[in-house]
Amino acid sequence: MKTFNSIGTSPLRADAAAKTGGTLRYTDDRVRPGTLQAAVLASPYAHARITAIDTAAARRAPGVRGVFTGADWPEVLIGLYLGDKPPLARGAVRYYGEPVAVVVADDEAAALAALRLLEVQFEPLPTLASPSAALAAGAAVLHPALADYRRIPAILPEPGSNVANRTRIRKGDAAAVFATAEAAGAVVMEGCFSFPPGDHVAMEPRAVLAEYGLDGRLTVASSTQSPFGVRTLLAKALGLPERDIVVRAAPVGGGFGGKAGIQLEPLAALLALRFPGRPVRLTNTRELDLLSSPGRPGLESYVRLAARPDGELLALDMDLLFDSGAYADYAVNVSRAAAAACTGPYRVPHVRVDSLCVYTNHPFATAFRGFGHIELSYATERAMDLLAERLGMDPAELRRRNAILPGDTTPTGASLDASTGDLPACIDAVRRRLDWTAGTRSVQADGKVRAKGLACFWKAPAIPTFTEAAATVSFAEDGSVCLATGVVEIGQGTHDGLRLLVAEALAMDPGLVRVINEVDTDLSPHDWTTAASRSLFMAGRAALQAVEDATGQIRQTAAAVLRCPPEDLAVGGGRVCLRDDPERGLPLAALVLGYVYPDGNAVGGPVIGRGRYIARHLSGMDPASGAGRPGLEWTMGAEGVEIELDPRDGRLRVLRSACAMDVGTVVHPALARAQVVGAMGMGIGYATREAFQFDSHEAVVNGSLRDYKILRYGEDPQYFIDFVETPQGDGPYGARGLGEQGIIGMPGALAQAVSTAAGVQLCELPLTPEYIWRSMRAARNKTEGQA
Amino acid sequence: MTIYGPAETIELQINMESIRLAVQPGLSLMRLLRERLGLTGTRCGCENGDCGACTVLLAGVPVKSCMVLAVECAGQAIRTIEGLRDHPLQRAFTAEQGFQCGFCTSGMIMNAVALLEAHPQPDEAADREWLQSNLCRCTGYEGIRRALARARREMAEDRGG
Ligand code: FES
Ligand code: FES
Repeated sequence: MKTFNSIGTSPLRADAAAKTGGTLRYTDDRVRPGTLQAAVLASPYAHARITAIDTAAARRAPGVRGVFTGADWPEVLIGLYLGDKPPLARGAVRYYGEPVAVVVADDEAAALAALRLLEVQFEPLPTLASPSAALAAGAAVLHPALADYRRIPAILPEPGSNVANRTRIRKGDAAAVFATAEAAGAVVMEGCFSFPPGDHVAMEPRAVLAEYGLDGRLTVASSTQSPFGVRTLLAKALGLPERDIVVRAAPVGGGFGGKAGIQLEPLAALLALRFPGRPVRLTNTRELDLLSSPGRPGLESYVRLAARPDGELLALDMDLLFDSGAYADYAVNVSRAAAAACTGPYRVPHVRVDSLCVYTNHPFATAFRGFGHIELSYATERAMDLLAERLGMDPAELRRRNAILPGDTTPTGASLDASTGDLPACIDAVRRRLDWTAGTRSVQADGKVRAKGLACFWKAPAIPTFTEAAATVSFAEDGSVCLATGVVEIGQGTHDGLRLLVAEALAMDPGLVRVINEVDTDLSPHDWTTAASRSLFMAGRAALQAVEDATGQIRQTAAAVLRCPPEDLAVGGGRVCLRDDPERGLPLAALVLGYVYPDGNAVGGPVIGRGRYIARHLSGMDPASGAGRPGLEWTMGAEGVEIELDPRDGRLRVLRSACAMDVGTVVHPALARAQVVGAMGMGIGYATREAFQFDSHEAVVNGSLRDYKILRYGEDPQYFIDFVETPQGDGPYGARGLGEQGIIGMPGALAQAVSTAAGVQLCELPLTPEYIWRSMRAARNKTEGQA
Repeated sequence: MTIYGPAETIELQINMESIRLAVQPGLSLMRLLRERLGLTGTRCGCENGDCGACTVLLAGVPVKSCMVLAVECAGQAIRTIEGLRDHPLQRAFTAEQGFQCGFCTSGMIMNAVALLEAHPQPDEAADREWLQSNLCRCTGYEGIRRALARARREMAEDRGG
């Protein structure tokens, strides 16, 4: 095995002092005096016509500079892939919390006071409460103009219906397999698995400071994961050229996908355009952040799996209905990503899958950690459990038997190469951690039941085929290095990983490498978006190329001074020296800004290394069959939990959790572990308590952190993390992505464990005590009824 | 009940410095710190008492500064994250990956400062009761749990325990 100097070590995070000392400034910590404050009026209805808005009283209120409604921007439509969303509701509201009007005032109190003076008349309309309701014959069509929306070709909406996108996967002949399955002695499982939409709950609410300068340039400082994406999308939405827009991203207080794409920026920018020369602040309250800004999709899935009696999977037939809420945003690509990965990490020769992104009257959905794979994984893992039950097989064994391996093909027909992770090794590691062979269910003396569950996952970044990254490497007088990328620091610590890659390539102390942790689209190298767990991979490759370029320049200057061919020189340890005579050399500090001879003559000049990277060999998906190569790399793994259930009241405790993941080379072990652990904690929340609750008119009733519960201290289990390191051939030093993956298997693993404990298959999330208790009671009543 | 005028002049001690200023009675301590004094290390995650990101010490007691009026703090000592330098907890949060995005960290550390004073010995039940009021979305709490243990150990050693 290759040995490294820096890679595999865990130096302290470079941002530690600022984060533990409170001096780090997030976007909303940068408000200048004189900034205008915007406040948003959110819709109290999930679906209603707006018949009148009276803004007169609000306009007259003290300190108010302007009041705006949808009518102010009749043409503007915003969207990532599909331009379907007005910056403020126009004519109708389509979800509870949709922004209806905005007040701009000298201070926040004045803006909020004026909001109460707005008089809006709504005429409530019937609501679409689920994807299946939205697909039913005669359902209201939420976007009658769907055909006219601007969209990218990969997204296939179905105008006249509520389908914002449909992705088809056709591999082999699933229909034929199911038609003859029973006759051929195969076992068929059928199930329906679902959960409602929810939210990211990043601790930092979204914030934007926008200013339209007198020079005609628009500056947008935003808590965004996608500064370059925001620039492009703003340019499109506002009709401004990219050169007149600069987007700045300070470190972000948690993203999880919720700050990718385009969010509050268009509205803030439109307001700024109305007040040239004055900064405008648009920051979400927590309630707006939960309700008005996008969350994560819900899912309804209908799954059929056929297998031979020995467990070998034969065919999958599945409909995935993503609840995208009122607008498509990222969800149209989330549903597509789920389709591309639709079998889960299993070998299934025959596949028929339709994955739909469906409009409903729920809060709209965007990217969320796992990007379609967490939803998909819940459906397929539950299906595997039910199948294992029918086969009378250990669910972990069923998974191991069908684990996808190098040489197999993905649902889109792409073949898996030698970089493919070792899923069986991951399954074995989790089983060991949880003492799987000691049994998966036991009743305690106090009547509580302990049970274990195990699920597998895989994930590929769902990215455009031309996703790119760039980096520059420059030097200071002391020979230290500065790396610039377009990667946003969102807590994930990619900058610390990049620092190790650069230190490794320069054989240098990581302490002498600094990574800029702010992004400015005027100054930073271009980068697609900080999402899809591809930043270390792609910006890493760009950084390594930049180092290569820089060392080339260093060697060239040194060659003149040391009077040798540049190829005889090596860079390392803060020096450049002759490979065969390391004593003969120069410190980098003497070279990186140009070398000065004793007589004052100088050669060289400041070294600046440039690097770039673009995804290779990716292709789109065929609209009829899904065939293509959309996945950059696949990270695989297995996760398991041990829970304790009190059957008397359905209360649940997660005791232990384990994750084994094949991430290729582990660049920064401590940060890698922290990412996975954090994702698992989030997964526990997702599976056991998190979801929007709706009243009968689809108004959200748990729209604050008091009612929308996330995992708290003390509810965290013991975490066991194992990494398998099958190198990623094209990854930087063999690394691949791992930021999102730890969440993906958790809902499946928990559902299995709780179902085992409860003695009834639970097919919905979240696994709240009420739901568990009710399901147990229903099962009991049924058996008693039969008895 | 105290009736306050339109603006009250109050005196506070913030991070060991005395300061006099006029405040509106409706101004929260959090907004005073962030907007008037530029002490933005106190974060705003909900302004509703639910997340703990705004936790500071008021007369040594952790409070959610979004739920406290500035005028109520007259004459009292306030300690914010900016008043904490090279504290064992700060080192421990760094060493143990007690943070990722860092947004909860100021509040979490301030609460933990008081927690460790009240409970210098390991006490899972107390930790749970205290820290349940601070939400962290990034860490799954493992790093925070470890940081707490490390800081406790270090502080016990310093006391010669
Ligand atoms: S901001 Fe004070 S508790 Fe959330
Ligand atoms: S570190 Fe991000 S919320 Fe705790």
